[in-house]
Amino acid sequence: MTEAAREEIRRLAGLYEHRQSALIPALFVAQQEAGYLSPAVLESVAEVLELPVTEVTSVASFYGLFYLEPVGRHMVHVCTNLSCMLNGCQRLLSRMQEVMGIQPGETTPDGRFSLRAAECLGACEEAPAVLVDEDRWAAVSPEGVEPMLERYR
Amino acid sequence: MATEAAMPESVLLRWVRTEGMAEIEQYRRAGGYDAARRVATELTPDQVIEMVAASGLRGKGGAGFPTAQKWKFIPKAAPVKYVVVNGDEGEPGTFKDRTLIEGCPHLLVEGILIAAVTIGARKVYIYLRREFYRGRLLLDAAIAQARAAGFVGERIFGSDHAVEIVVHPGAGAYIAGEETALLESLEGRRAMPRQRPPFPAVAGLYQQPTLVQNVETLCHLPVIIGLGPERYKELGPPVLFSVSGAVVRPGVYEAPLGVTLRSLIFDHAGGMRPGRRFKAAFPGGVSSVFLTEADLDVKMDPDSLRQAGTMLGSAAVIVVDDSADMVEVMARAVEFYRDESCGKCTPCREGTAWIAQVFERILHGRGRSEDLALLEGIAGGMTGTCFCPLGESVPPGLVASLRLFRDEYERRIAAGATDGR
Ligand SMILES: Cc1cc2nc3c(=O)[nH]c(=O)nc-3n(C[C@H](O)[C@H](O)[C@H](O)COP(=O)(O)O)c2cc1C
Ligand code: SF4
Ligand code: FES
Repeated sequence: MTEAAREEIRRLAGLYEHRQSALIPALFVAQQEAGYLSPAVLESVAEVLELPVTEVTSVASFYGLFYLEPVGRHMVHVCTNLSCMLNGCQRLLSRMQEVMGIQPGETTPDGRFSLRAAECLGACEEAPAVLVDEDRWAAVSPEGVEPMLERYR
Repeated sequence: MATEAAMPESVLLRWVRTEGMAEIEQYRRAGGYDAARRVATELTPDQVIEMVAASGLRGKGGAGFPTAQKWKFIPKAAPVKYVVVNGDEGEPGTFKDRTLIEGCPHLLVEGILIAAVTIGARKVYIYLRREFYRGRLLLDAAIAQARAAGFVGERIFGSDHAVEIVVHPGAGAYIAGEETALLESLEGRRAMPRQRPPFPAVAGLYQQPTLVQNVETLCHLPVIIGLGPERYKELGPPVLFSVSGAVVRPGVYEAPLGVTLRSLIFDHAGGMRPGRRFKAAFPGGVSSVFLTEADLDVKMDPDSLRQAGTMLGSAAVIVVDDSADMVEVMARAVEFYRDESCGKCTPCREGTAWIAQVFERILHGRGRSEDLALLEGIAGGMTGTCFCPLGESVPPGLVASLRLFRDEYERRIAAGATDGR
């Protein structure tokens, strides 16, 4: 972990009465930098926040948005919850699988994309909803998959 | 998106749907921050609580608890108190909080200031789900603008009050929306619900008195103070409904409490798609028991919906049409609970896994005739035994589906393998 990341985590810790409160934001800082939370990265976070590494690992493993294994350069979340299911997310997801050549939970061999089925993204009026990295895509059709993915190299 | 046709008289969406409301100048020109200023400089806490009580405001996060009553539970004399904003918005079908934050983040900031000053909290944490990246940017900017204007920080509005606001990210766990699990998460732990009592109002964040309040609930406060509780009630009282699923115009609609389900779907959301028929609707997110055609005229308010055997919850209406298979709908709901169960208690952890397993075999043509009784049995075993409402919300919907759509289950089981789906 870089000194800049450590510094940022120390700043975050200062926002709370108890430094453990900064754990989740700190894990995002670390993940953003390293791509995923390897044991070494988790250890660094534990060290900066002066927390037991077992606690840090246990917390990281609880939450869906922390990646404990390597992931692709771009994370594609396809919502499969009810409103999106009622708007054809299955066809969308199948098309994604076809284009990427992977199943949900997997990463393309070139490391470009990881694909995940997601729970409700809080964007049901745009069903089927997709999140690519930090971008929300509305009402994506199976035909729209390739042009959308083109934007992410 | 859709929805511009909504209501000219809207009192909340008006802020969201007006261009430029993420900018403080625009917001102030429209009267923004006047209510918070009055609360900080003119009104006593008791006066504010009385206004909120008179408005009848109830929590919009799901439980529908009367807001003023919750404020009264906060011990006045406690030296340290917190406001924690619940912006986790994870209940499937719900997107009104995101809409509010993206459309008018200052409305939330102003609501926060009103709540914090009234209960005497100096520190506010906004627990915002991580996936709301755009909302986060807008909210950070709005807080910075409000700080520069002297409305956030020390001596806000020139008064003796100080309010600090920190935005904190969620990390992708539905259960973190439950208020005590949210506090655990905010303390940097796994989001697992705490034993209640003590309630957060008495011992919440870091064991201090804490007001946990939903984003929308807080956004009502400037409107209530601004219009006065009487006028606010006359104009509704307004509720934001998230309408989605198989309707022509999905979106957030403001309608008076007590609007009928029919009016919401057919007047506001444009009705069913061409050639499609209404089949069912979840009135308050996936956690609420769905309603069917016979219930279309039910009033969307907590009491009427309770009488109809369901709840208003987060006022998220998910509409299902006749092209959908109710067994698949329920299977998806159950899968959601299985994956989002925090694992703390056995009935929920094991029950949801077991139910999901039974659904899987029914959907894959391996259902057995005794499976429906088995599902009823598992549901019975979970009822009243789960530690928190996540687990408790599974049996009612499941049992209702077994009663009202039994033919669909039976057809599935009789037909055997149909699949690939
Ligand atoms: C499983 C579960 C998930 C919940 N998710 C949310 C949520 O995402 N947002 C929310 O505001 N309330 C949620 N709640 C309700 C909160 O526990 C709490 O009642 C609410 O935040 C209180 O604020 P209010 O009175 O303003 O509604 C959830 C409750 C449960 C049981
Ligand atoms: S009911 Fe489910 S979500 Fe709630 S505490 Fe038990 S296991 Fe966790
Ligand atoms: S169900 Fe897909 S965004 Fe809500």
